[in-house]
Amino acid sequence: MSQLNSSDGQEVSGSGATEPGVDQSGRKKMTFGEGGLAIVFAILALSCITIAAKAQDTAYAFHAYLSAFASIAAVFVILNRYVDRPAALPPLEIDGKPNYNFGPVKFATIAAVFWGIAGFTIGVIIAFQLAFPALNFDLPWTAFGRLRPLHTSAVIFAFGGNVLIGTSFYVVQRTSRARLAGYLAPWFVVLGYNFFIVIAGTGYLLGITQSKEYAEPEWYADLWLTVVWVAYLLVFLATIWRRREPHIYVANWFYLAFIVTIAMLHLGNNASIPVSVFSPKSYIVWSGVQDAMVQWWYGHNAVGFFLTAGFLAIMYYFIPKRADRPVYSYRLSIVHFWALIFIYIWAGPHHLHYTALPDWAQTLGMTFSIILWMPSWGGMINGLMTLSGAWDKLRTDPVLRMMVVSVAFYGMSTFEGPMMSVKAVNSLSHYTDWTIGHVHSGALGWVAYISFGAVYCLVPWLWNKKQLYSLKLVNWHFWISTIGIVFYISAMWVAGILQGLMWRAYTSLGFLEYSFIETVEAMHPFYIIRAVGGVLFLIGALLMAFNIYMTIREPETAEADTGVRANPSLVPAE
Amino acid sequence: MNETYRALAEFAQTWGLLYFVGIFLCVVAYALSPRRKKQFEEAARMPLRED
Repeated sequence: MSQLNSSDGQEVSGSGATEPGVDQSGRKKMTFGEGGLAIVFAILALSCITIAAKAQDTAYAFHAYLSAFASIAAVFVILNRYVDRPAALPPLEIDGKPNYNFGPVKFATIAAVFWGIAGFTIGVIIAFQLAFPALNFDLPWTAFGRLRPLHTSAVIFAFGGNVLIGTSFYVVQRTSRARLAGYLAPWFVVLGYNFFIVIAGTGYLLGITQSKEYAEPEWYADLWLTVVWVAYLLVFLATIWRRREPHIYVANWFYLAFIVTIAMLHLGNNASIPVSVFSPKSYIVWSGVQDAMVQWWYGHNAVGFFLTAGFLAIMYYFIPKRADRPVYSYRLSIVHFWALIFIYIWAGPHHLHYTALPDWAQTLGMTFSIILWMPSWGGMINGLMTLSGAWDKLRTDPVLRMMVVSVAFYGMSTFEGPMMSVKAVNSLSHYTDWTIGHVHSGALGWVAYISFGAVYCLVPWLWNKKQLYSLKLVNWHFWISTIGIVFYISAMWVAGILQGLMWRAYTSLGFLEYSFIETVEAMHPFYIIRAVGGVLFLIGALLMAFNIYMTIREPETAEADTGVRANPSLVPAE
Repeated sequence: MNETYRALAEFAQTWGLLYFVGIFLCVVAYALSPRRKKQFEEAARMPLRED
């Protein structure tokens, strides 16, 4: 029968009959990936139902049912997609131009905006809870202790993670001039990652946690993330592998460092043994101070490689692109990259000053934190100086302004961080709200702003629109949330230093001058200012969501040629 | 136990340090070598290229 159809087999694709998804006669054939993945998900669904039936507590049973449901949905989607697709898989190139795969990028971009707003909202709620404890409502599910990890995971992993996955899939394609590797794999990464977020978040609310900061999800969620993350690494590497550019652009190095290091950290910090397959509970293999050290090796490098390296990759692609200027110094970017990689990994012990951790390890952490000043500021200078010759654009383009301010915040918080890691300073700042202020100047000012900038750039490019719906709204977003950040961090600086000084104040007789509750009372006005700052930041993000929604709905598209991206409001350079 | 720890720590603090400094110097030499100046100047424009 293969001979009968051989004539139409020729037209399907130029590169011959060995094309995946097509058999020799040119008829549609299920790929190994499609069939295999459908079978794996079917088995997973059955196992999850079994686990759900025998689960030792209801929250875990809920997660097992949720996973079973998602697995069944995955089987249906895979088969449906197979039935609907044309015989040949999408070609790698059309007319000599790369046939980019932006579907998963679009999904991650929308997901990032959604999770961002969810995460900021929960942040506002818990900020008000700290000022007015009655807002805990005396319910377990709405208690601060459960909502706080929901906030941190939603903003870091859900918002930040989707921004990183989305932009990395975009940047690696554009700078490699190659289509994203894999047919189902990129979708598996994006959807699988978001499913992990759902499991993690609902778990916190139901009280499932392993109580490690920024690594709260229990063993089964961790295993799932490991699978997703390995797929992410393979998709990214395989895309670089098929690149048509001889040089691997520096942004891809940063993304790769982020992906590889997060994998390593995740495995190290979640080396735990479950009590039973039918229980969400597990025990970590590390004990005592070793566990603390592994936790902060993980925790600080999550900052270094998730919140820094990944977002620096965004800086190195989106700022030159938006400013229409080359990177200020490519050589500096290489030194920046390697210096950051070499130094960051040692800085973790500064989270454990004045604890049972050996003194030399504390000093090591402090020393490396101080050395980090150099690569951090080198990178900041490289980002800012990329605007040389284009500074006037800051006046007219609020998106670029947002990204430049984010780099300034990066410089500021990477100055503050090493300073706080100095033991003498840390003795005042540790356990106080100063730390919270520091984290948020990095998280809101640097991570969120560079992400907003990237999203504002990406949406018109991805949906092929001439420009954003309204640059004026971007301007409003910028100013409202900048005021919000200033409220937030200045309130926390004052609160933190006040708190630290009150804790260490002694009377002339050598007694502590203030009881703990007095220091809590003193925080009240600052907590309110902080919450107001958070509300302003949330309003800004809502403006962004509206702007993006309107941009996508805009009927007018950019030039028919999808390869050329519109760059609004920018005068062509040179 | 103590002996192993000491031996490992000593190795890391001397040869480990030299090893890392060595690779880092190679990176710096790679980045600054005049031979690659042109290549890097081109690479700096990579985001601006359209296809």
